[in-house]
Amino acid sequence: MNQLLENTLTIDGQVVPFSAGQTIMDAALAAGIYIPHLCHKPELKPHGSCKLCTVDVDGRSMSACTFPASQGMQVANNTPALTEVRKTLVQMLFVEGNHLCPTCDKTGDCTLQALGYHLGMLDGHFPPFYPRREVDASHPDLILDRDRCIMCGLCVRASQQIDGKNVFALSGRGAQNHVIVNSPSGKLGDSDLNKDDLAAHICPVGAILPKNHGHEVPIGRRTFDLHTVAESDIATFNLHKTEHHDD
Amino acid sequence: MSDKHLRRIAIDPISRVEGHGKITLLMDQDNHVQEARLHIVEFRGFEKFIQGRPFTEVPYFVQRLCGICPVSHHLAAAKAVDQLVGVDPESVTPTTHKLRRLLHFGQVLQSHALHFFHLSSPDLLFGFSSNLAHRNIVGVLEDYPDIGLKGVKLRKYGQQVIAAIAGKRIHGAATVPGGMNKSLSDEERKALLVDIKDIIQWSQDAVDLNEQIHLQHPENHGFATLTTSYLGMVGKQGEMELYHGGLRARHADGSAIIDQFDYTNYTQLLREEVRNWSYMKFPYLTSLGRENGWYRVGPLARVNLADFITTPKAEAARQKFRAFAHGGYVHDTLAYHWARMIEMLHCAEAIEELLHDPDIMGTDLVVKGTARREGIGVIEAPRGTLFHHYQIDEQGLIEKANLIVSTTSNNQAMNESVRSVANQYLEGQEITEGLLNHLEVAIRAYDPCLSCATHALGKMPLQVELHNAQGDVISSLSKSANGTIGCTFD
Ligand code: SF4
Ligand code: FES
Ligand code: NI
Repeated sequence: MNQLLENTLTIDGQVVPFSAGQTIMDAALAAGIYIPHLCHKPELKPHGSCKLCTVDVDGRSMSACTFPASQGMQVANNTPALTEVRKTLVQMLFVEGNHLCPTCDKTGDCTLQALGYHLGMLDGHFPPFYPRREVDASHPDLILDRDRCIMCGLCVRASQQIDGKNVFALSGRGAQNHVIVNSPSGKLGDSDLNKDDLAAHICPVGAILPKNHGHEVPIGRRTFDLHTVAESDIATFNLHKTEHHDD
Repeated sequence: MSDKHLRRIAIDPISRVEGHGKITLLMDQDNHVQEARLHIVEFRGFEKFIQGRPFTEVPYFVQRLCGICPVSHHLAAAKAVDQLVGVDPESVTPTTHKLRRLLHFGQVLQSHALHFFHLSSPDLLFGFSSNLAHRNIVGVLEDYPDIGLKGVKLRKYGQQVIAAIAGKRIHGAATVPGGMNKSLSDEERKALLVDIKDIIQWSQDAVDLNEQIHLQHPENHGFATLTTSYLGMVGKQGEMELYHGGLRARHADGSAIIDQFDYTNYTQLLREEVRNWSYMKFPYLTSLGRENGWYRVGPLARVNLADFITTPKAEAARQKFRAFAHGGYVHDTLAYHWARMIEMLHCAEAIEELLHDPDIMGTDLVVKGTARREGIGVIEAPRGTLFHHYQIDEQGLIEKANLIVSTTSNNQAMNESVRSVANQYLEGQEITEGLLNHLEVAIRAYDPCLSCATHALGKMPLQVELHNAQGDVISSLSKSANGTIGCTFD
């Protein structure tokens, strides 16, 4: 094999370089290739829970955000079959919560919604659960609306790994799974979450939002009015990389 | 007389009224219609659903209540939400105030155009008894292409105004607590000015057409007509005012009940009666009592109540309208259509004025205040006075919501109009197609906002059942009608 192809893999036939320790997701994003994902952020340790990043590695289904890249690996990403799988996953996330996009303050900035569009989702397909989970409005600046939580764990990791706190946790299994607040009363207002923490901003959906605000960015100027979810995630990755090089 | 002695005629649903409706006619043994019951299932559950939700969501949530006047709900709720963040209607910035007015005029114009051209002009142009298959917008476009096209364009223009301000023609995003999220750019303003002269002219044509139709059909004058009191908003000088003002209520003879009433005290003004057969309440003016306190709202009420209209063409039209009743109030139910077009003309003129006002391009959009626990927003929606009332807990979650939509205010009046028409056209024990058509025309005059969730207009089969005193069906009639309007979901 050619020396130049050392430390490369292919994604949908495209040769992509990687460095030791990188996951398929890291290598893809660095090469400007978009693999759909919800529970992954470059600055946080991967969690591997949403399965949106499922790719085909030499014939087997793997989570790109956790699976290490290796020499000569053949990855299939953008295929009709995988799009179908991912669409089903997104549809399930939609029906498991109350995602009434038009009334949600996150509309236009929501990654779940953007992924729905990206994957060509036209409806919920499955019967909605209409869960009634607790809304926690006890914090002066933030609101936690569990009806919209997709259990991605990003707030948990952001709080632990970046903010140096431990505000959130995921608890329960299956349909009982929900995000809890580590405070004496279990309320956000009682926790040490600050509105400037990463955990207060990282939620990909409208489950953690600033209080008493909403719809301040006009239609046409919201994140996903201006960029596709692919563009925006690749840009986030590059931004993160630059920031790291700076410090 | 108790219900047991009354036969019921059920008509379900009504074609071309938005959504489902069902009528029960209760007859006494002499085959007189003693009571008419229009069953409307609207807005059930909304007040419960919104409980526990953050108040910032409310103006967005309420846009789902209606497929035709979402902006009116949006603005009424926004006015209430302003108060929750401590901002009174008079304290919003001029830019916000004017943008909201402009948005509202766009909504009323759009809704009125839709109602007249798509829903009512077929009845009025072809006559109530004409062939149903042709009595629809397609028929209008075939036989009166000019009128039909103007209708389509007027509606589009209203949507264009809405889209420029709210970002989308339906279910957009415009208001934030205490203000708006953007103003208009000069390009947007200029784009809207391009067609405004035509829009005013076509609105004028629509007024003239309706005036003619009403004047030339004396048989229409008494149709479903009721002599009632009226409720609506007026401006400080008593002028027609659709966005913000005081409430005025007057007796049928024009004598005063209340004037310049602060709507945040509406619970003193109105009570809502619950009747066991209806999901929809029956509001009445407290001072006049349960029996006599019902009233009408909407275009007929507003054109009657206004001392004048600020825009010249609409004012000239208003004067002709009132001259028809020799200066008194016009009570003809079918004159709702005429009054509606006068308002559409006013909206068109008012839009032009606002588009020349530099404030709509201003940058001062949001005012902040001290949080409060209660907010009440009232607006004149296309169909009449619309009340939104919210209470929040100390964390900002909705504790209590109360809405009085215009269709609710017209509830008693619609029942009375239906009863009047039924008595006029019911023969024996048979529901004829003619009767059905006439009942529909009576209801349609009020432009009731029925279920906006089901928009298969006219595609709904019309089912008529005649029940005897025991509740048995003794005769039934069903048919389907044709309509062409669909609903836009996003
Ligand atoms: S609250 Fe948001 S960030 Fe946290 S787990 Fe739920 S969806 Fe993820
Ligand atoms: S992004 Fe890989 S599992 Fe969620
Ligand atoms: Ni409506």
